[in-house]
This record gives sequence, C-alpha cells and structure tokens, in this order.
Amino acid sequence: MALARPRDVEALHQAGEWARPVTLVSEQLLPVLSSLEPLLPDGGLRRGSTVTVDGAPGATTLALALGAAASASGSWVAAVGLPSLGLSAAAELGVALERMVVVTSPPAQAWATVVAALIDSVELVWVGLPRRVAAGDAHRLAARARERGSVLVPLAARGATATWRARGAAWPEPADIRLVVSSTTWAGLGGSGAGRLEARRVEVVATGRGAASRERRVPLWLPGPDGRVLALGAPSAPVLRRFDHLRRDPFDKERGGGSQGVAG
Amino acid sequence: MRTLVAWCPDWPVVAAGVALDQAAAVVGGAGGRVLACSAAARAQGVRRGLRRREAEARCTGLRMLAANPDGEARAFEAVAAALASLSPRLEVLRPGTVALPTRGPSRYFRGDRALTDRAAALGEEVLAGRGHCQVGVADGLFAAVLAARRGVVVEPGGSAAFLAPFPVAALDLAASLGTSSSAELAELANLFRRLGLRTLGDVAALPAAQLAGRFGPAGVRVATWCRGLDDRPPHPRVPPPDLTVVAELDPPADRVEAAAFVARALATELGERLAAAGQTCTRVRIEAETEHGETLSRRWRTEGLVLAVALVERARWQLDGWCNGTGAVRPTGGIAVLRLVPEEVRADRGLQLGFWGGATAADERAARGVARLQGLLGPEAVTVPRCRGGRGPAEQVVLVPAHAGVPVGNGSSHASAAEVQAPWPGRIPPPSPALLTVAVAPPVEVLDATGAAVAVTGRGIATAAPARISVAGGSWFEVVAWAGPWPVDERWWDQAARCRRARIQVATAAGEAHLLILNGGRWALEATYD
Repeated sequence: MALARPRDVEALHQAGEWARPVTLVSEQLLPVLSSLEPLLPDGGLRRGSTVTVDGAPGATTLALALGAAASASGSWVAAVGLPSLGLSAAAELGVALERMVVVTSPPAQAWATVVAALIDSVELVWVGLPRRVAAGDAHRLAARARERGSVLVPLAARGATATWRARGAAWPEPADIRLVVSSTTWAGLGGSGAGRLEARRVEVVATGRGAASRERRVPLWLPGPDGRVLALGAPSAPVLRRFDHLRRDPFDKERGGGSQGVAG
Repeated sequence: MRTLVAWCPDWPVVAAGVALDQAAAVVGGAGGRVLACSAAARAQGVRRGLRRREAEARCTGLRMLAANPDGEARAFEAVAAALASLSPRLEVLRPGTVALPTRGPSRYFRGDRALTDRAAALGEEVLAGRGHCQVGVADGLFAAVLAARRGVVVEPGGSAAFLAPFPVAALDLAASLGTSSSAELAELANLFRRLGLRTLGDVAALPAAQLAGRFGPAGVRVATWCRGLDDRPPHPRVPPPDLTVVAELDPPADRVEAAAFVARALATELGERLAAAGQTCTRVRIEAETEHGETLSRRWRTEGLVLAVALVERARWQLDGWCNGTGAVRPTGGIAVLRLVPEEVRADRGLQLGFWGGATAADERAARGVARLQGLLGPEAVTVPRCRGGRGPAEQVVLVPAHAGVPVGNGSSHASAAEVQAPWPGRIPPPSPALLTVAVAPPVEVLDATGAAVAVTGRGIATAAPARISVAGGSWFEVVAWAGPWPVDERWWDQAARCRRARIQVATAAGEAHLLILNGGRWALEATYD
C-alpha cells in the first residue's frame, strides 16, 4: 500500500473540516461566573454533565454560584429536595428567582420521578439527596440528564443542623466533575461584636473524569466583600475594612469584651 | 348585530344579599379598593375605585363586604336561567350583565320594546325586590351595554348617534366584552382625552386606518365599538356534540401506560375532527371512569399548544396522579372509559410564537414540566420563589404555588421593588445564609468565657462575648469571632403577635458561621452560612 501523497492529506483535512459537526463544544456549555471558569475544563458547565459539590462549609454557596450565570442568562433552574436552601442567598449570587422552580420535599417513593421530570424541563437541577440513593436510580438520572442536555448538581441533603453531624448519602455514580471546598475562612467580623460576616475565602478543589481528571485548585472569594464571587488575588478584589477600632458601646470595655482575633 | 343587554345594577352588592336601602360596598382587588357600592352608599359619595378608608370616611356606617366572584356568579345563575327562556343563545358577559341577539326573540315577542319589557319583567321576578334589572337594545354589543345603563331601546341604525355624546370614559364598560382589559381601556380613554377626543363621537369620526396605525388592534376595536358595530359575534360557538370522543376499554386498563395509549388514539381522533372543521380547542375536559363507577374529570387549557401532543401528555399526568397518587383518592378498579370533551372551540387561526421577548422555548418547556409535576404531586407541591421584604433570611423570599400551564417566569408575581428595598431596620446585611433551618429551629447553648449563658439586655447589648456554642445538645465549638446583636422588635402594637428578638453571627473554629436568634431568652440556630 502506497503512502498517501501530501495533496491527498491536504484534501483529507479539508474533507474533515466539511464533515465536522456544526455544534461545537462551546455551544453546548452553560455559562458560569467568570471566577469559576478556571474550575471547569471547558470554562463552562457542559450540558448533560453531572457536577457534585461537597466539602467543608461552603458547598451550598458554591453549588448556587455554579448556576448563577446560566440562570441570569435565561436558563431555567430547579431545586428539589432542598427544603433548607436559602433562596435570598441564591438571589444575591445572581440566580434569577423568576426562572426557578422549587420542589421542597418530594415524597420518598416518587423522588426519582420528580427529579427526572425536572431534568426534562429545566437546564440545571440542584438535587438534595435523600438518605439513601439507589445506584440504579442515580445511573438512570445521570443518563437522562446526558440525553436531555441538563446539568445535574447533586448535593448531600442537610438541614442547617446536619452540618454538625454526618452528611446524607453521597452520589453513588462517578460524577463528571467533583468540586470540593477544602478550606474556609470568614472575614469581616471585628472583635467584641463589631463588624459582620462580610466575605469568605475558600479553596475549591476540582477533579473529575476525562479532561477534568487533572486536579485544579482555585482560591476564591465566596462571596466577596461586594457580594460577588471573585477570584482570590484578582486585581478587582477590594481590601477588607477592619472593624477592630470600632466599638458599638462605650460601656463595653467595662465588661471586658476582650478584643477577639479577626476570623481570617 | 342587534343585541339585547340586561344589566343588574350593583350586582356584587345585590349578590351579597344587602337590602336596597342599606349603604354597603364591595371591596377587593389589589390595594383593597371599592369595586361596587349600593345606591344608598353612592348617594353619600362612595364611588368605584375609592380606597377603603376614604369610602368609610365619606359614609359612616358603611357596610364593607369582601369581593366574592364565585358567589356573585352563582347568584347570577338564577337570573341568567330566567332570561335563557327568551333565547338559548344567551351569553353572560360578567355576573350582573347578560347579552342575547334579538333577531329571533324580537320577532316572536313582536318588537324590541315588547322583548325588553318581557326581559325586564323576568329579571325583576327572579330578583323579587332584592335588586333591579335594566334592559337595553341597540345595534352592537357595546352600544347595547350602554343602552342597558340608560334602560332605552335604540332604533336600528341609531347606535352611532346614540353613542356619540358619551364621554370616552364610558369605554371602561367595554371591559365586560372580554377582548380588552380594564386597565388597557382606561389607559386608552386617558390618552384620547389628552389628545382632545372628549366623546365617543370624536373617536368614531376619525378614519379607522389612522386609529389602527396609531393605537394598534385596541384602536381598531374601539373604532368598531364607537360606530355601533361588533368586533366579535356575541355568542361563543357552542361545540357540536359530535366533537366529544369516547373510548371504552375492555378489559379495563390497570396500568396508566395502557390508558395513555388509548388516550393517544383519542387525542389524534379529536385533533382530526377539529382540523376537519377548521377549528381548534382552547379548553378540554378529560374524564376518566373506572369499572366501579369512580370518575375523575379535570379541565385543561390547551391554548397555544400542539393539541394532540398536549392532550396525551395531560391525560397521562392526570391518570398518573390519580392511579399512583396518595391512597385516599386512588381508584379501586381499572380505567374503563376515557372521554375527551372540547369545551371551548374556535376557529383555528394558527399560532405565532414571539420573535423577540414573549415566551421562549425554554419557558414553554419549564411550564410543561411544572404542569406535569403538579399532576404528579398536587398543585401545592410545586412552588416558585417570590421576593418579599423582611428582616430574617427566611422572610425575604417565600415560596408560592406555581400556576399550572402558565409560563411562570413573569415579573408580575414578584413583590414591588419598594417593598423589597424598604429599610427593614434590624435586617441582617448580606451575604445571606445559604442554609436555613426548616420547621423547628434547633436550640443552641451560648456560653461566655466564664461558662455563664450569654443574654441580650433590653437595650440590645450582649451581656458578654460568646466563647463557645453547642447546637441541640451536641459537642462544643469554640467561637473565634462574633458580631451583633441585631435586635428586632416586631409587631409591638399587637399583643398576640408581638415578638422581640435578637440575632448574632458567630464564626466557629471549624470554619463554620451561623446565625443565632434569641427569642424569649432562648437561643436557636436560625441559619448557617454554608
């Protein structure tokens, strides 16, 4: 068999150009906030993928922030099985509440049906996992999301109290992307009751399958002092105000309120 | 078309059973304005659209009634039934007003005047002194509505002249014709007035083409009304009975899939029948009956949807919800009969989706999903968030049931920006916590460095700095920083509902941050900044 001549190779390349599918990967992405782009191998949420979010305090906020840009750009989102989700926090992160559907507590026997129906109808679903998830259910739901082009974000369900104790079930399927919040530090609290929770520094570790298998570590403001999610060290990250010098009550000294260290 | 309109003045008040000489007003709608009032109240200066407080100020001893549209419609049914003896083509425009074409009945009763007297007598007989019934006849429905207000018979061809002296504000009455909303008409009337068109005659004198160019379809409709013409026939097309499609399942279907398969054939058949008649259906009733005679019937709006596909989907949701729903309503036998009954049929004019704005494909998809879930879980289980002002994180957004079939994402369901942005003193500043405690907030023990419980004084100052906390009797966490308290004194004017509370934020050594709330001397975990 003779070697192909350079002209043939050129023609083959051209034919390849013509036969290329019209839809590019970048067109199958849901947008994410620019500060979250370094976490994802494609710079966006690939439609049909499953992204689990877990880790130290901050997982819920990170999950909400993942859907913020897509929701703001016209996509519909849904939250199912997350009765304790703080929706005003979602709104502050940029989720458009007028394009959001919430099913707080689906009945246990219809859980998979409800999630499947939401996968059919919206583009991103935050799923609170019940106590036990059958591997078959998880497999079918992930396959359904892949087919319908919706992004599935399973979250270990927890009430505010459960954060102290063991979490609910984990997602039994290998997810396309796993995001884990590895460290959390709050800033903005002054000593002796001054200040307020203002900003949080976190480090997010992203791993996954395929292109995402290379581990990425991204430090973030989640949220930043202006309420937005910012890349840590970004030039726009404002300097935090300190409240150490402020006292809310002149008599406070007498009670020995003692200057506490600033968290972070 | 020559039309007779019978009008019962102040129907909402009459329907509430108020005596004629008593001063009463029906209040309702957004902001609680007067929707209707009795003649006695009107004599003392009460008018439609007044605020409740203003109406009470004008007329002491005014009886206030809450609007009850269902009750009004029910009460009016007796009057409508009596008038239906004149003509079967009767149409209830709204509770209190009915219209019927006079062509047949007028000839039967020998003239419009005789028919008018007859209709008025029938109405008065049913009302038996509780209210009045005024009747008017004119060319065109809008002219007839105004003629009923005056209680006159306008001679054929005289509608335009009859309407000419009415002020443009009379367009408000056209809201009962159903093609334009009251707000749209009020805006149009206001615009006409500012443009120097004071009467309906002034509007009718303008060329129709120019009205269409300047005011769009609404302008064309108004021009048609002002000339004493109709913009639509005064009765909806009654669907011929042969459009109903029925299937008997033998043997009865035990599984939803089997019944849905039959529904598919039925829906296709109904679609073909409608298409053959050049018609489309905007509302369908799906009825299912089991072998034991249990029935489930539900109405579905199918406007703007592909009929056959929409019907199969809806039949499946309805049966799914029934057969696999909660045990109390679950049928005992298999489904034996399926029936699709078109309730509103009209000429098929096709469907044009919006090019810019309007409902997008994603909105449609979401609306379908919401309807499907409501069929599965019940209408209350599927909710949409709604922004509302408030101090606590849980009060700022509430969940309200989604409307089935309506694209949910319209801004109208959201509270006014003023309410959300109001100052709300004592509000916790953003960022908001991402996890709230649902139902019962777990108790928290908050101790200072010496091991004494931390409290908040009446002046809203913490007695000591919190040093460690324990949630619901769990292990102790060291508090590395805290902020607050934010005292809140809500509803101090109400003995029963008043509450004084204070919130603090704490950050623990584990990196968690919580919002704690003090209520009645006890701390509880309100939310977590997860």
